[in-house]
Amino acid sequence: MGMTLAEKIFSKHAGREVKAGEIIIADLDAMMTHDANRPVALDIFREFKGTKLCDPEKVVQIIDHHFPAPGETNANVHRQMRQFKEKMGGILYEGEGICHMVMPEKGHVLPGDLVVGSDSHTCTYGAIGAFSAGVGSTDIGVAMISGKLWFMVPETIKMNIVGTLPKGIFAKDVILHIIASVTANGATYKSVEFTGPVIDSFSMDARFTLSNMAVEMGAKSGLIAPDQTTISWVENHRPRRKYNPQVPDPDAEYSQEITFDVSTLSPYVAKPHLVDNGVPIEELTGTPISQGNIASCTASRIEDLRIAAKILKGKKIAPGIRFLVVPGSKEVLQTALKEDLISIFVDAGASVKSPSCAGCSGGASFGVPANEEVVITTGNRNFQGRLGNPNAYIYLASPATVAASVLEGKIADPRQYFQK
Amino acid sequence: MIIKGSAHVFGDHINTDYIISGKHKSRMTDLKQMAEYLMEDIRPGFYKEIRPGDFIVGGINFGCGSSRETAPWVIKEAGIAAVIAKSFARIFFRNAINIGLPVLVADIDSIQEGDELQLDIDKGKIKNLTRSFTLTTTALPPFVQKILDAGGMKSYFNAHPNFDL
Repeated sequence: MGMTLAEKIFSKHAGREVKAGEIIIADLDAMMTHDANRPVALDIFREFKGTKLCDPEKVVQIIDHHFPAPGETNANVHRQMRQFKEKMGGILYEGEGICHMVMPEKGHVLPGDLVVGSDSHTCTYGAIGAFSAGVGSTDIGVAMISGKLWFMVPETIKMNIVGTLPKGIFAKDVILHIIASVTANGATYKSVEFTGPVIDSFSMDARFTLSNMAVEMGAKSGLIAPDQTTISWVENHRPRRKYNPQVPDPDAEYSQEITFDVSTLSPYVAKPHLVDNGVPIEELTGTPISQGNIASCTASRIEDLRIAAKILKGKKIAPGIRFLVVPGSKEVLQTALKEDLISIFVDAGASVKSPSCAGCSGGASFGVPANEEVVITTGNRNFQGRLGNPNAYIYLASPATVAASVLEGKIADPRQYFQK
Repeated sequence: MIIKGSAHVFGDHINTDYIISGKHKSRMTDLKQMAEYLMEDIRPGFYKEIRPGDFIVGGINFGCGSSRETAPWVIKEAGIAAVIAKSFARIFFRNAINIGLPVLVADIDSIQEGDELQLDIDKGKIKNLTRSFTLTTTALPPFVQKILDAGGMKSYFNAHPNFDL
């Protein structure tokens, strides 16, 4: 019997052939930690009597959740991270953007890698064919010292995405639909392999959106086998080392195979307060909103901004509506500036913020809604209180749906803008 | 080890933002101080109801969402002896074991708010003293049990820097 993509990557990093269900020790290619963790991973490193990093090239600290610091606690955590880098080495980014954008953009995560990060959306790198899983500060601290961690090799659910995506429907709609179908714990402890003709046709930006939300169905990783699209993207982003792409065997054993035909999919929106509360937009059009956010590691990439700008060009958002745009990384922001997308947003009435987790993570203290207000966002979580106020309501949608909605001041179907 | 305490019952999909919200986590670093905000967005004042040794009882997918290790930490710091749930989200489960917070899987449907429970961790038995029935918890994989028995990853890793499986 052949191996799934997860089994292949784990076998390579365990130094022997491993199968789903085994507990193994595996070598890591990179470990990422950010500024929102309490305790910070570097505290664990010290507490566990770490004296040097396993390999300074593998250890990446990213200041993204609270950048620039909104309060003194955050500022002091940032200083602690800088001091740790000075003393112990490793790599530190601040102001470059969201960790899950920066790690692949800067060539730290490559096809075939095994990577951990102290953030649940670390599964994003599955899009480039790396097995990447979120862990906590303790695991990162241990990994920084030893260069390895224990894992249970997961079973894999194969998700075959077929059909032709209708105009005005995007990766975010597809993943919200999938999560609504399999539920918020439908893939717990498992790896997901996204495959099929729709995935083949997806750009890397679309693939990142898909893999990013694998954790919202409980999955450990959301993998896409690398192809020419992957390799071109990786090569355009200066890989920091040699890599060894892996693909699943044709006779791999899956715990479940599910096919989604997206040919008749509507724009999907997840209602408060659960990510698997997704429904076709027809059930929600006309719901008044107070704020729209284009932000987060799910959908604030250049393609997301282009889609939103296409809808917003030359128009104004509805009176009394707030529209927040947070490009996910400096690379995205620079491209958006060159393409004049930022001026389209500003002319439309947007508030634009420097690249960071603002607009998604409640700890960022940015764009907190008032009681009873409704926010529609391209983010990944609509939990009660997620944006800093438990008495507000958060809806998750694609960048197109958010853009269409801020124009009307209510949840609006974006397909009207893609008919030509 | 045998622990006695009251059950505090929560529903399905209790995410780590509910356990400790980002807005409180971001403005402090002291876990004891943060524990006062445990479950605040969904059950204001919960911290004050807890007596040391009490249990949190959850439904399916307990601890889903963000990877914040702060979540099991604030539960532990608030005096909760163990979390018993129908199922756990992967990262929360791993974090809880790493910090030495017992997390047990059991069919909790018959446990009600305020029930007095007696937990025998070694035998994997939960006795409901209020309603006179006993539940069996699902055994952990032996390697994971070893980490928990050591009191968490810190003591385990100090003794086994190469992870003896």
